[in-house]
Amino acid sequence: MNVTSLALKQPVPEVTRAPSRALATSADTLLYLDGVTVSFDGFKALNNLSLVIDRGELRTIIGPNGAGKTTMMDVITGKTKPDTGTVVFGANVDLTKLDETAIANLGIGRKFQKPTVFENLTVFENLELALKGERGMWKTLRALLNGEQRGRIAEVLKTIGLSERPAETAGALSHGQKQWLEIGMLLIQDQQLLLLDEPVAGMTDHETKQTAELILTLAGSRTVVVVEHDMEFVRSLGARVTVLHEGSVLAEGSIDHVQSHPRVIEVYLGR
Amino acid sequence: MTPFASVLGPRGWAAFLGIGLVLLVGVPILNLLPASSPFHIPNYLVPLLGKYACYAILALAMDLVWGYAGILSLGHGAFFALGGYCMGMYLMRQIGTRGVYGHPVLPDFMVFLNWKELPWYWHGFDWFIFAAFMALAVPALLAFVFGWFAFRSRVTGVYLSIITQALTFALLLAFFRNDMGFGGNNGLTDFKDILGFEMQAPATRRGLYVASILALGLSFLACRVIVTSRLGKVLLAVRDAESRVRFLGYSVTNAKLFAFTVSAILAGLAGALYVPQVGIINPSEFSPANSIEIAIWVAVGGRGTLVGAILGAGLVNWFKTWLTGAAPEIWLFFLGALFILVTLAMPAGVIGLAKQLRRKRPPAAAGAPAE
Repeated sequence: MNVTSLALKQPVPEVTRAPSRALATSADTLLYLDGVTVSFDGFKALNNLSLVIDRGELRTIIGPNGAGKTTMMDVITGKTKPDTGTVVFGANVDLTKLDETAIANLGIGRKFQKPTVFENLTVFENLELALKGERGMWKTLRALLNGEQRGRIAEVLKTIGLSERPAETAGALSHGQKQWLEIGMLLIQDQQLLLLDEPVAGMTDHETKQTAELILTLAGSRTVVVVEHDMEFVRSLGARVTVLHEGSVLAEGSIDHVQSHPRVIEVYLGR
Repeated sequence: MTPFASVLGPRGWAAFLGIGLVLLVGVPILNLLPASSPFHIPNYLVPLLGKYACYAILALAMDLVWGYAGILSLGHGAFFALGGYCMGMYLMRQIGTRGVYGHPVLPDFMVFLNWKELPWYWHGFDWFIFAAFMALAVPALLAFVFGWFAFRSRVTGVYLSIITQALTFALLLAFFRNDMGFGGNNGLTDFKDILGFEMQAPATRRGLYVASILALGLSFLACRVIVTSRLGKVLLAVRDAESRVRFLGYSVTNAKLFAFTVSAILAGLAGALYVPQVGIINPSEFSPANSIEIAIWVAVGGRGTLVGAILGAGLVNWFKTWLTGAAPEIWLFFLGALFILVTLAMPAGVIGLAKQLRRKRPPAAAGAPAE
């Protein structure tokens, strides 16, 4: 796969990381959140959240409704600016200074909780738009698909099980298929970090199983963060689990570790 | 760039060239027939059809921003009027000493206002190429600056529509003022000739008509090139799920700015061709109601189809010509009712209705095997 780094149009704001941080970071760290607080009208959606994701890691994030899972994704992707705190991508890119477009071009992709595909475009066109490449207006006006790119789209269509329906309007797909198309758009965008917000919501058991398999094949070559409610699914991923509660990390560790954690049982699993 | 053939399908090209040729060659020839011939097109009809062609270009401009990029601009009349004023300034300068006051340099209204010399911004407009360039550049610049502020601040939906209305209303008030130097309330009129040809001559009228049809054809193709390109798909994506486009790495601001500026250029072109055919440009072209009317043409024809925009502009204006002749007082009521009717009963416009009817017919009759 082609992994040439994207040329950035705008200078990337740099931060120097204070050595005295309590969080352990290393050269393998891809995403680093420290002391992130976001409040909406006094309600703290994120409260001093700190989180470290390693390069190539698969991480699942669980937590009750309102724990701040989606807000966390909003902060990472630039949709919401934190009141305080540090969000660093890669070696030293300060994500709080960039907008959504710039962050997407850095290599962070996102699948929304509610599947958002472009309903009036075809499945093929959805993938074409997501295809990794130049994003400038003139380049986009003149863009034509070459054979290699068509091959890549065909490949992803196969991966997401939509090979038979490239000309179908995305709006006509079932809920589960839209979820897959959106995952396909992330794949073809060739992002380093994938943020998947409830990727199996509304999927059948069979589809859920397939999605788990797909995510497991991605781990290693890409960094994947999955937010999910479905504990069966989380278990099937077998990854490190972070539990969020009231905007900060309540527990972190293996699935067995967090499932036996007394506070986690109390606030989330026990009910 | 999208290959030539895929801008329109084979049938599309056939229809485009066929209809284009009839309008381009057929109408002037029928106009040249002797008045006794039953196929003769009377002289008054030629500039009227030319005027419709200008409205159709304006509707295309509207469809590009509204139908494709989802920006409901209710200020497109401003870009049209600015293009018209630039052409009007050229035509004023062509009058020369033939004005009522016979002043060698100053247009009549400036003599009347007791002005001694030509304001700086009137210089250069005695040169056609300059005026033609400005007719496109002024709307483009205004759209670019306005759009840059609006789209960067993520002003969308009804809020954007309202500020575009405010934009055109502010220009209306400004152009009403005599000291703006654009003829105030009366605007620019009493034109004598264009590029040395007498304005009222039937041959000049035919020439302007042909120029308008050519401009319409080229504008249509330019819009097709844009909407069939990948950028066209980005525009549709912006219309349907703006924030998702950002997460794909496209700049929504730039995409909208591109569509808005191109659209303003087309509107300016329409205005520049319109003014010599109607013989006057005055501030009423900036009136907010005019801009709303443009949106109605596009809604009637069918948004996001381009052909629908042309059709809507033709249909509504043809009806307007007839109705304002027959019963002028009910035109505005009719227009309002039309908008409500289209919104409720046929949201996809005439084009959508036609598609629906075709689908209801048995497949054999619709010629499905030919696909």
